[in-house]
Amino acid sequence: MAQTIMIDPVTRIEGHLAVEVEVDGGKVVNAKSMGMMFRGLEIIMQGRDPRDAAQLMQRICGVCPISHATAGALALDNAFGIEPPPNGRIIRNLIFGSNYVQSHILHFFHLAALDYVKGPDIPPFTPRYEGDYRFPEDVNQQVVATYLKALQMRRKAQEMLAIWGGKMPHQQAIVPGGVTEVPDSQKVAEFLFRLQELQAFIDNEYIPTVKAVAEAYPDYWDIGRGCMNFLVYGGFPLEEGMDHVSKKKLFPSKVYVNGQLSDLNIDAIDEAVKYCWYEDDTGGKKPTEAVVKPNTAKKGAYSFVKAPRYNGAPMEVGPLARMYVMGEETITQLGEKAFSVLGRHLARALECSMVAKAMGEWVTQLEAGQPVCTPHKIPDSAQGVGLTEGPRGSLGHWNRIEHQRTAIYNAIVPTTWNLSPRDDQDQMGPMEQALIGTPVADPNNPIEVVRVIRSFDPCLACAIHIMTPDKQTISSFQIG
Amino acid sequence: MPTKLSRRDFIRLCAGSAAAISLSGYLAPFIKEAAAAGGPPVIWIQGGSCTGCSISILNTVHPDIEKVITEVISLRYHPNLAAGAGNLVIEEMYKVASENRKKFYLVVEGAVPVADDGAYCIIGERNGHHLTFVQAVKELGSQAAGILNFGTCSAFGGFPATPPNPTQCKPVRDIVKNVPIVNVPGCPPHPDWMVGTIAHVILYNELPELDAFGRPTMFFNKIIHDNCQRRQYFDNAIFAKNFGEPGCMLELGCKGPFAHCDSTTRLWNGGTNWCVKAGGVCLACTEPQFPAWPIYERLPELPVGPGITATVDQIGGVLAGLAVLGIGGHLAGNIYTGRIGPKKNQDAKEGDE
Repeated sequence: MAQTIMIDPVTRIEGHLAVEVEVDGGKVVNAKSMGMMFRGLEIIMQGRDPRDAAQLMQRICGVCPISHATAGALALDNAFGIEPPPNGRIIRNLIFGSNYVQSHILHFFHLAALDYVKGPDIPPFTPRYEGDYRFPEDVNQQVVATYLKALQMRRKAQEMLAIWGGKMPHQQAIVPGGVTEVPDSQKVAEFLFRLQELQAFIDNEYIPTVKAVAEAYPDYWDIGRGCMNFLVYGGFPLEEGMDHVSKKKLFPSKVYVNGQLSDLNIDAIDEAVKYCWYEDDTGGKKPTEAVVKPNTAKKGAYSFVKAPRYNGAPMEVGPLARMYVMGEETITQLGEKAFSVLGRHLARALECSMVAKAMGEWVTQLEAGQPVCTPHKIPDSAQGVGLTEGPRGSLGHWNRIEHQRTAIYNAIVPTTWNLSPRDDQDQMGPMEQALIGTPVADPNNPIEVVRVIRSFDPCLACAIHIMTPDKQTISSFQIG
Repeated sequence: MPTKLSRRDFIRLCAGSAAAISLSGYLAPFIKEAAAAGGPPVIWIQGGSCTGCSISILNTVHPDIEKVITEVISLRYHPNLAAGAGNLVIEEMYKVASENRKKFYLVVEGAVPVADDGAYCIIGERNGHHLTFVQAVKELGSQAAGILNFGTCSAFGGFPATPPNPTQCKPVRDIVKNVPIVNVPGCPPHPDWMVGTIAHVILYNELPELDAFGRPTMFFNKIIHDNCQRRQYFDNAIFAKNFGEPGCMLELGCKGPFAHCDSTTRLWNGGTNWCVKAGGVCLACTEPQFPAWPIYERLPELPVGPGITATVDQIGGVLAGLAVLGIGGHLAGNIYTGRIGPKKNQDAKEGDE
């Protein structure tokens, strides 16, 4: 008989997530991904100076604030009709890249690794799920030592970021038109000094640890397959130009659906709300016109996270999507095994090394004495879109300015894609699909389930948003 | 708790600049000793938050975070570090609280949404029911020896509580009464402010000295503007007109003149940089109303006390009020003598030619 397991909260992720799985015959047969927190930050943006967006919207998330600062600033650049000078573009890339490095290291070691290794026997590493921790004692010790070293490494990545961003979390430097910090040789040297140490850590310890996990847990090449569709908006611009999609970037814009690669068409995106705590008539809208009216008395609904779809298809976003569509060979040579828990961890680690390496080149392209920011004028009315790639995947911000004030703000974030609930056609979201078929040895210790969940690196503070152009109040609801 | 480190020395250490003395290896052995003698357990919960405060404390340098969590504090629950999940961790959290009644400290990160009985933030399931954040703050907070609010959201409401406050977010002090509370604001707070506050509690089992807004004076008794590296520009009336230029940032929106914290001397992220040094504007993220003001508009008026505001041009008239909060008289003096011009007209403010 099927047994229902509720995991609430799912820890070692960002934000508030609950996951309910139904297990029958030792395997997951049904799954629900439930976003449990809602702040309404876009509503707060309404009526404010539009320039506040880059600073305030980064506060959506303290783990990946740079993603939101970048998308927010790109949307403003777009609305104001300006673009950063080369120094501004490069410094934005350095700030963003530094956060990739810290975020990926943090995710693998501090959020995910404890599903595979036993931490020290002290809180907060106890209590833990009992399960098949497969490393022999000496290897386990070694990985725990790397876990602790990784704490130092991610701190240094944040220092690297602060050299250009002022402070971290929540940097001060990204503004419409570019950045505020100016390059000089001392900053470049300080940056490179840390980058070198991090590159060595990634290549000699992070990637090998992922490979060690893969050797001990080879069944996870076949667990957590997901929807096998990938969406990549593209990120890290390598040249000037106003067209985000066509310009040259480290991560090119691409889409992979039903085994076919194609170009990104941003108009193919809409958001379904059938299973979300929002009124039905708000579903099926484009990001620029999306309206949200919460209603958690709604029958059948189970999440604050909406269900964005690309031409009606659920799409996985993130490092695996990026590495796959750009043809990174280690990943594409895996064939179908790439679509897995281990595929995601490996893609993330390889990408971390790739970004670190690219930053070493970018930083030498800075030119002291050249401008870092293009001056702007707030237009009376305008509309802007900012597309980028956060560590967790494709991120878009949309704004509309009226009377020099923010009229509408909307963000569709990576975790909204990955952890979306079912859509109007009852298609499950990517993570829900990935959970189906996952073996569960002991329903009281569903460690296999959390391994699948954490491979997506969920960020719930990012995933849940709301906006109402007409300032209506949020309707009352009961949970129970 | 007995310790060899006098409280005066402790405060001197904490209030000093990071690079030189504060929270250095010098402090760590004392904390370790106190912790070994049975320092209080800590439970850390997150509500209407972005996790930025937790990420910030991971950036602590001396002592580093490994020492903090393995040697200094007995961190019995933290949502991002806990090995377990689900019922396992929720039950453990409540068990630790009831076994250590009035002995443990509760760290709260994030504002408390109270709209619709707290349904906008559910932190777990307990006894088959949703556990709302407001319920957890009430139930755990009332049993705690003290509550440490880490970040502007739990201290004052912060970003999610900004008008129109869609989920009716409240600061913790509006939820739990009759329990000692420390506010360590900042978006996020500097790791030293959090570790220093925890260290004080562990060493002396008592809250540190607080200002009118509940902030530890050892970290929040300085004004950004007073100690800013760009201060000389202000004194010479050189103001940056565009980002990336030298000059005082006042015209571009800097809120340093009314922001209380010691970032100017402590610096961030291992001493690499801080907000205004990087050419950014101070957002005054440690102040109670943050972020109610426009970030890039020139300071039009100053909040000088609860419910009292004054325009920059009138500020000479409220010097007494400013002095209460420790804002140096020189700022008002400069305004009074006309060194800072009157507020610019609309076009000049929004164009950045």
